[in-house]
Amino acid sequence: MTSEPAKLQPVPTPESEAFWQACSEGRLLIQRCNACGHLQFYPRLLCTACASAEVAWHEASGSGRVKSFTIIRRAVSEAYAGDVPYVVALIELAEGPTMMSNVVGCEAEDVYIGMSVSVRFERRTQEISVPVFAAG
Amino acid sequence: MTSLRGQVAIVGAADTEVGKVAHMSATQLCIDAAQRALRDAGIGKDDVDGLVTCNSMAEPHMYHAEAMAEYLQIFPKYCVSAGAGGGTTFAVLYQAASAIAHGICETVLISMADSLRSGLTREQAMVMQSSSGHPQYETPYGSTVPGYYALIAQAYMHEYGVTREQLASVAVTCREHASLHPGAQMRDPITVDDVIESRLIADPLRLLDCSLVSDGGAAIVLTSAERAKDFPHQPVYLLGAGEGHGHEHISQARSLTTSAARESGERAYAMAGLGPDDMDLVQVYDCFTPVVLIELEDLGFCAKGEGGAFVAEGHTRIGGRLPMNTHGGLLSHCHPGNPGSMFALTETVTQLRHAAGERQVAGAETALVHAQGGILSSHCSVILGRER
Repeated sequence: MTSEPAKLQPVPTPESEAFWQACSEGRLLIQRCNACGHLQFYPRLLCTACASAEVAWHEASGSGRVKSFTIIRRAVSEAYAGDVPYVVALIELAEGPTMMSNVVGCEAEDVYIGMSVSVRFERRTQEISVPVFAAG
Repeated sequence: MTSLRGQVAIVGAADTEVGKVAHMSATQLCIDAAQRALRDAGIGKDDVDGLVTCNSMAEPHMYHAEAMAEYLQIFPKYCVSAGAGGGTTFAVLYQAASAIAHGICETVLISMADSLRSGLTREQAMVMQSSSGHPQYETPYGSTVPGYYALIAQAYMHEYGVTREQLASVAVTCREHASLHPGAQMRDPITVDDVIESRLIADPLRLLDCSLVSDGGAAIVLTSAERAKDFPHQPVYLLGAGEGHGHEHISQARSLTTSAARESGERAYAMAGLGPDDMDLVQVYDCFTPVVLIELEDLGFCAKGEGGAFVAEGHTRIGGRLPMNTHGGLLSHCHPGNPGSMFALTETVTQLRHAAGERQVAGAETALVHAQGGILSSHCSVILGRER
């Protein structure tokens, strides 16, 4: 058996464990501050708006829009070379926070700023699924 | 509290050979740059009592400045290695100035070099590419460094209607200036069409929108304004400096199109008591073409969205209203990674000494040098002048 070169996988920390666990179950979590209502991503020990420690997991709708994107023509490593051309994008979630992701399921050239997208989960390993986005 | 303005001057400045310098290691380039700058200042290594370096990717040391001091067999009172991207390596200039102003040391040598073109192993090159993103929330998606900057470029063009041709004019201007610099890595003139027809790397960025990968080093010698008069060359005084920090990872940026150069510039102007109109030339960090336009705007040289037209109309050429990147910048002179902005500093010293030959900006008295690190993340602006 030949093993394919591995993509870079997130390694969960005590802070992000619940986030990655939810991803593997097909749910996208952000954080909501119980003190001021602020919504944020990525997960942190404190609210970035009011510094309260009362931050709790909040399931995001999974809808968003493409804030910016690029089409990668020269892969970062061999593991990604088979995907060229692939789209790396910044997705503004309907709830407000922005996250980096890939836009999948369409021609790279069809992606545009402002495009409506919704979350999918790409299984990378037994434990890890990463959130990606597709039109819709 | 007293201001740093006019208290410290650059009295030595030099570059090593740059481009492909396979016969020298990164450590040798750092020491070579140091030796050349000391020679330029007319002093010896034992006159140095403060040393600043930045770590090398090709030949890293756990404590780099200490390792270089040991290599030189000097025993400084102040010794620090900076290592967080182009903007912060450069920010040590005024931190060192502050050490001099407070009497901690008298003569600081800042020397930085790397061998990104000849000295990196495949693994090191890979780590360099992939270490720029957030390890959990960015790198899994497979972006490259040009890819991260392309996200900025795309948003900037979308928001302000800046054109592909205007981006290209940045690369053309830098190449034109590099063609006047005998040491520059890339000296053959290019056209807007050459840029637009070069290979796509990460849309909209093409090969000629991206800075070089180089070997090379540069160093300066810094001392108090009082002592500066005793050195062989016209002192170049530090008039203002400021930093601005917006984010580390691009997905967390407050804005994709307005950077913390706005804050670093305002802080530097405030210290100097000067404004954008007082600058005779500017060196802006040109790791990728769109960054130049965003920085020119955020530093107050033109209104938001007008950077593209400003460069395309030729105002930033030598002989224009505001010559920029007079050595050719990272796009055409050289870019050995973190030390990259040091060459903008040594070039500015050369310009303010009126020793730049063919590429001299006539009557240059005051200049702004700007650098950034990360993905448009950390910014530092420095204002230098011939008069205190």
